[in-house]
Amino acid sequence: MPDAPGLELILAELNRSEAGAVIDTSFDREQAALIVDATKVIPVLKWLKETPGQEYTFLSSVHGVDYLPNTPRFAVHYEMLNRERYERLRIKALLAEPEDGSLPHIASCVELFPTAEFQEREVYDFFGIEFDGHPDMRRILMPEDYVGWPQRRDFPVGGEPVIFTKDEVASPGWWQ
Amino acid sequence: MAEGCTRLEIERQKLRVHSSLEQPKTPEDLRARQLRARDLLRGDLEGADLDAYVEERVVTSTLEKVLNTARANSIFPATFGLACCAIEMMSTVSPRYDIARFGAEAFRASPRQADLLILSGRVSIKMAPVVRRIYDQMLEPKWAISMGACSSSGGMFSNYAVVQGADKFMPVDVHVPGCPPRPEALLYGFNKLQEKIRGNPTPGWRSRYNAHGTEEWARGGPASKPSEEALEAYEKAREVLGA
Repeated sequence: MPDAPGLELILAELNRSEAGAVIDTSFDREQAALIVDATKVIPVLKWLKETPGQEYTFLSSVHGVDYLPNTPRFAVHYEMLNRERYERLRIKALLAEPEDGSLPHIASCVELFPTAEFQEREVYDFFGIEFDGHPDMRRILMPEDYVGWPQRRDFPVGGEPVIFTKDEVASPGWWQ
Repeated sequence: MAEGCTRLEIERQKLRVHSSLEQPKTPEDLRARQLRARDLLRGDLEGADLDAYVEERVVTSTLEKVLNTARANSIFPATFGLACCAIEMMSTVSPRYDIARFGAEAFRASPRQADLLILSGRVSIKMAPVVRRIYDQMLEPKWAISMGACSSSGGMFSNYAVVQGADKFMPVDVHVPGCPPRPEALLYGFNKLQEKIRGNPTPGWRSRYNAHGTEEWARGGPASKPSEEALEAYEKAREVLGA
């Protein structure tokens, strides 16, 4: 794990080759993260993977995040790992929700890290974030004909209402 | 035995069979029987002797009853586990709980050879078509036990991924509550299913709630028609709720 000065060093070097890509850094609970412009996430990942001295060659995880009341609403997190120094670095790519209600887009990193193929499909499945350049962009866990993005915060939890006695006492006839 | 001890004192009693096929008491008795059986086979037994011999040994019944008894006592469940309840289902086969006592120890790996589908766990909406296909592939007569809270009602998974009760997409004969049910509970549910197969299911809660005649039959049986009492109770409930 790079410490806070180490993170700033990485940022300084990164700014020399990929200027303007990094919006912010955060160092919270001993975890280093670079907050990155979503359009420039692939050059950043490539730089971290291939630059001598960095060599974060292992992509351990890709997550989708929905920060609903906040803007920009979505984010894709990339967890990078250097297996020789045992250092982890998190890249957060912030994604705004398009005004017209279409799905947010981000470039796919499958060319760089083949392991991302299934993980990006999972992010697409649950958050409806499309990865441009992904070889096979379709649902992976939910059924193919499923409608909706179930892990978004504005998605109803589902299930069926259950008439508990406590709810009936508190608000009679709530199910009607 | 000490007060509060959980162990039981067992009284040993000789098992007696109360039927005409009682065990012979003495060697001479047994010899007499053997001789009579030999006479019958030779055709030497006649008249009252023959009648007595037949009455001693023959039980009359209907073909349906015999078939149902045979079916109830040799059920072949499908090897089909869905989630954690499957662990309990597996242990019902083990010698400790021993579903073989009821003749259902042979779990078949193919639905074509199985009579009983035990839905052991939550059914996700992606799994539901698969479960339905397996159920459709089983040959008649076939039965289904919904084991545990999840497959009966969705259980703790009140969310977008899990079907809220497997009886939404396939007929279920017995629901076993529990999370997961103990193997004994599954065996009890299995015994209930056997009673149902034999044609005299116990009314259970229907006798307590005055709801005879509300049984739903998937195939075969009488058309589902609520009884007078059940209809009255239903109307009363509607009035109380003001619906």
